[in-house]
Order: sequence, then C-alpha cells, then structure tokens
Amino acid sequence: MKTSHRTLGAALAVLAMTALTSCGSGPEPASDGTVTLSFLVDNSQATVDTAKALADAFMRADPTIKIETETRPGGSEGDNIVKTRLSTGDMADVFWYNSGSLLQALNPAQSMLDLTGDPVLANVQESFLPVVSQDGKVYGVPAGTAMGGGILYNRKVYDKLGLRVPKSWAEFMANNDKIKASGVTPVIATFKDTWSSQLFVLGDYYNVQAAVPAFAQDYTANKAKFAATPAAMAGFEHLAELHAKGLLNEGFGSATVDQGMKMLVEGKGAHYAMLSAQLPPLVDTMPQAATDIGFFGIPGADPATNGATIWEPPGIYVAKTTEHAEAAKKFLAFVASPPAADAVNKVVAPPGPYRIDGAELPGDAIQAAKDLQAYIDAGDSAPALEFVSPVKGPSLEQITVAVGSGLTKPAEGAAQYDKDVEKQAKQLGLAGW
Amino acid sequence: MTRQDAGPRTGPGLPTGHARATGARRRAAYPYAFYLPAGIVYVVIFLVPTVMAFYFSLTRWTLFDSEFVGLQNFRDFFAEQNLSIGFANTFVYAVLTSGLKVVLGLLLGVLLTSKLRLRGFLRSVVFFPVLVSTVAVGITFSVLLRPDTGLVNKTLALVGIDGPDWLGDATTALLSVALVDVWKGVGLATVIYIAGILSIPQEYHQAVAVDGGSAWHRFRHVTLPLSWPATYSVIILSFIGGLRSFDLIWTMTRGGPGFTSDTIASIIYKQYQAGFYGLSTAGNVILFVVVTAIAVPLTWFLGKRQVAA
Repeated sequence: MKTSHRTLGAALAVLAMTALTSCGSGPEPASDGTVTLSFLVDNSQATVDTAKALADAFMRADPTIKIETETRPGGSEGDNIVKTRLSTGDMADVFWYNSGSLLQALNPAQSMLDLTGDPVLANVQESFLPVVSQDGKVYGVPAGTAMGGGILYNRKVYDKLGLRVPKSWAEFMANNDKIKASGVTPVIATFKDTWSSQLFVLGDYYNVQAAVPAFAQDYTANKAKFAATPAAMAGFEHLAELHAKGLLNEGFGSATVDQGMKMLVEGKGAHYAMLSAQLPPLVDTMPQAATDIGFFGIPGADPATNGATIWEPPGIYVAKTTEHAEAAKKFLAFVASPPAADAVNKVVAPPGPYRIDGAELPGDAIQAAKDLQAYIDAGDSAPALEFVSPVKGPSLEQITVAVGSGLTKPAEGAAQYDKDVEKQAKQLGLAGW
Repeated sequence: MTRQDAGPRTGPGLPTGHARATGARRRAAYPYAFYLPAGIVYVVIFLVPTVMAFYFSLTRWTLFDSEFVGLQNFRDFFAEQNLSIGFANTFVYAVLTSGLKVVLGLLLGVLLTSKLRLRGFLRSVVFFPVLVSTVAVGITFSVLLRPDTGLVNKTLALVGIDGPDWLGDATTALLSVALVDVWKGVGLATVIYIAGILSIPQEYHQAVAVDGGSAWHRFRHVTLPLSWPATYSVIILSFIGGLRSFDLIWTMTRGGPGFTSDTIASIIYKQYQAGFYGLSTAGNVILFVVVTAIAVPLTWFLGKRQVAA
C-alpha cells in the first residue's frame, strides 16, 4: 500500500507540473506555405468593422498571407491586456493601439518593431509620425481616420430654433438657453461612462493652445499647471457652469454613451460633447445620424480664435516578438495606402480625415466629418493635449464627473488633476518631476 | 516515567511509547510524496506571488522593468486625495452590510425554521441570489435602478414618490450598492442561521414552555444566545467580505459619481488600471494589513464570546 501511495503522489506531482508548465505553446507553422498573422484589436464596433475591412481587402490583394483578427476589451482594461501580453512576449503579430500618450507607456523601444525610414511609411503624412514615435523612432501606421473631439449637435433642432453654430462660449450658452426654453435638453451628459465626461476639458485644448502656445511643452516639463492657467481651467469651469445652470439631461449621473447618442440623434438633446467616431456605427440603425448630426469645436472665450481639437487615429504596430516580420510589414504598408482607405470607406463611414497621402473623404461622408474637414482645411485645428505631451493623468474622468455633477468646485478639480498628473509623470519616470 | 520503564522491546514493530517519546511531532498521516502536489501548488500560486508582491510594492513597476524606490509607493498611496473617502466608505459599507445581514439573516432564519407549508421552496428562494454571479446582479440592478426607465422608480412613481437617481447621485450611490449587496448575501447568512437554529436542542424550547415563557422569551433567551456561533460566522464572513468589497461596487458605480463611492479596493484597482503597478501593489499590501488588523482581533473577541456562551 505504501508504495502505491508514493507512486500515486509522484504521478500527481508530475501531472501538476505538466499542467503548470504547458500553458504557453506557440502557434503551429502552416504547412502549405501561407503565413498566418494574428491581429489584436479592441472590441468597439467601429474598430472591429474597420479591422475586418482592412484584413479582408489585404487578403484579397495578397492570398499568401492570412490575417486572424482577435478582439480585446477597450479602455484601461485593454491597456493592461496589451501591456501584459507585450511584457510576457505573448503579443499578437500586429496590434491596434492608441497613439499619443498611451503609446509612451508601452515601452515601444523594447516591445515593438522599429519602422523608422521603412518603406511602409511611404504614404503616411509626416505630421502624423510624432504621435506614433518615441525618442525619434517610429513604430506605427495610422489605423482608420482622425476624429474630432468637440460638440456634436442636432442640426434639426438648430434649424427649428433658427440657431447659428456658436463661435464663443457666450454664444453657446445663449443657444443653450433658447434650446432649454423650447423643451429640448440643451446638453447631454453621460457620467455612467465616466470617460465621456472628459470631453469638455480635453476637447477645449484648441482654445488652450490658442491662448497659451507653449502650454504643452511647459506642462510636460512640470512648469505649467491646469489650476494656474486660466485658459486650461476654462474646461473645468464650463462643466461646472452647465451643471449649475441646470442644462444637463435628467439622470445624467447614470446615463451611458449609447443612451446619450440616441438622445442626440432622436433630437431629445441638442448638444453632446463627444468624439465624432461615435457616429458611424449608428448610421446603420439610425440613418439620420449621418445627416442630422453636425460637429463644432468647443467654443472658447474669444470668437476670433475659434477652432476644433482633433484626435489622431490610433496606430497599428508590429510586436518585436513576431516570427513573421516581413508579412507584418506588408500588411502595414497596405494599411497605410489609399486602397486601404477605399476598402474601409465601403464598410464604415469615416468620422474624420485620413492621415494617409492620397486617401480622401468620400463624397457621401457623414456631416460631422465634413464639418471637421472644414476646420482642418481652414487651418483651425490642433491635436489634443495627449498627442503633444506624454503626460495624462488617469483620474481625469472621475474628477470631471465630480466637477460636472457639482460635487467639486472647478478650481479644486483642476488642482486635483494637477496632482494626478504629477503621480503619472513620476510613475513614468519623466525628467523634471 | 522514563524510557526504561516502558519495558523491554520484544521484537520489530512500533515501540509502545513512541508517540509520547517523540514529543509534539506526530506521525504524518500520509507519506510526504502525497503532500507534494498540494505543496507545489501552494508554493507556486500562493507563497511566491505573495513574497513577490511585497517586493514589487517597493518598486516602480511598469511590467517591462522595475526600479527600486523604497517606501515611495506607500507615501504616494497615503497621499491619494480620495483615500480618506475610500477608507470611510469601506468601513461604512462593511458595517452596514454585515449588520443588515445579521439582523435580516436571523429573522429569515427563524421564519424558515418554523413550520411553514412552503418552507423548502422559500429557503431556495432566499438562497438563490447567492448563486447568481455578482457581476450579473450588479448589471441587473443598474438597470432596475435607472432614474427614468428603472422598475424601482416606476414602482415608486405609482405611489407618488419621485425616486432619486440611485446610482448617479452622490448621496445615494454607496447606500444603494450596500443594499444590493445585502440582497445578494443575506441568503448565505440565512442558511448559516438555519443550521445554527436547528442545532439548538428542542429541550431548551420545551423548558421555556414549561416555565410558561412566551414566544418572545423563547427567541430572546434560547434562540438568540444559542445561535451565537452562527452570528459569529455571519459577522466574520460578511465583515471581511465588506472590507474587500469590490465587484458589486465596480459593476454598479465604478466608485462614482466622482469619487463618492470609492472603496479601498476600487482605488487600488483604478491605480492598477492606470498602469501604476507598483503603487497598486503597495495599496494591496496596505489592504492586507488593514484587513488582518481588523479581522484578527475580531475573530479573537468573537471567539472568546463563543466560548463564554
């Protein structure tokens, strides 16, 4: 009996060890000469549709390479998945991820293929490259289009009340009063999806840089603060003012972005501070989203310097651990070419302009994209702060909810955000903090 | 008694005085190889990560590399602006949920040990929420508690009450989540009480009846004191559960609106989400210390009362 106990124990031990060590087996090489690339994207409808259009068009153009798309959650949950997979060497061959400040936290030099000077970048607009670069090295190509971060507004409501697109915050508030008097909710807020509360601050950056041109550099170098810069604090003040004047929808604290977009398209609300990328997925079920909803930049104090804040497209990157670097580069070269834009246009209405030379907005683009293009053509646009500075505090969305719900005073909220930013900069190990 | 007194050894086999002679070291019930699998799992999955966590809490850790920063993370964690809200909320939440679970669990336990016709069915009904995934409960109640379309406010509107935005209003958010937690957890408390009450010998009840005691006397002087072990289990389980409460809060409010329903666990999770891995590990070490500092004396205190009772 004793011996059999021992044998059993040893067998169990072996089993346990096998179970513990057999978790990481790599993909099998294909036998017929084709290469399979894995492609990790976030699970938002717009991204999934765009990624599928890109992969399908590429596979038609090059049948020797097969693309298998896998999805991950978005938001900070997705950030952690990407970081974990990169740091454990378990990343997909190519992956879709934010450009700008979030990219800086991925340690690209260690985890991604350097594309500097590579022909895959031939068609990428020069001005896009900084947002997918670190220390002068380029790591990605633009995925999809840029988008606007500002006010989406219902044009039907504007027509009915005879309103004009506001050029200053004062005009905007005057419009809000008229809209409120007509029984329509002037401004939609959806604080259940906390990220949506940040738009009044982040989307105000065009006005910040118009008033204080050196803000981004000084802010990155720990010299400029939100609480000490009146132009930067305006975003917090706007949020507080909208709440204090009772211009928000009822139940704004527990409303979601989906509900907010629906309110806007149905004309129950007139303004919604949002990213224009929220519109295209709605066009299928609510076709009027393409025509009735327009876009204007968040108006600032001075009507003479009116403009829009732009969010750069996310990037598509190649993991350093890939075994198919050549195939991955072919895919990236395709993504950054006008035919890829044409393929995407057929599936997803672009919410803003492309960052690829030769890729144009289609004639039947949604109204919000046309409005945004007009700002860009006139030179009245600036990228959001997160694309010109690596510093972005993670708690901004909670702070803006608190300010927008009247729980925190705007000055206090701005000061809290400065502390939050300081924490982030320290964790990133930036110089000067 | 000395070893010589044990008598001469007459042959092979265990000496009679073996157990006593080797003192506290008792013979293991199984050969050591038998412990090996569990031992390996315990070391690899529990001990190693715990020790690593204590180390990483002292570093600035990006998952890609880590830099030793001493106690800086602990300093940063205590400087967190909403930490005091988090501690207060955690404590309020733990006290409120465990208190309500004790009261409601005891009352339901008494009800469900009575001679009700549908007793078995009702016991299942009370226990059912325990079986549902917490995240599912959170999502369901988020829908039920919506201000305009939610069932709760629609029902209240029928009797003329204009219900608040339960989860979107800073004053009601934490309370709403705590009540949902009680709804979900009271089944377990009830089952513990049912077991506790059923283990009380009938003789005590009969004795009270003989002495002419009323139902209230039976409850006050028999059921209540003799179900103390059950109360003890419920308090410990739900208090510790409340201290590290996270899943329900996260699905229902994400610590919001703003920071008003943040608990320690949700603060730590947000730091982890932000990529501050060292900082959030430091937070977990602090949470571990806090839970231990509260749970150990509580166990000791309640255990003492249990012996006394």
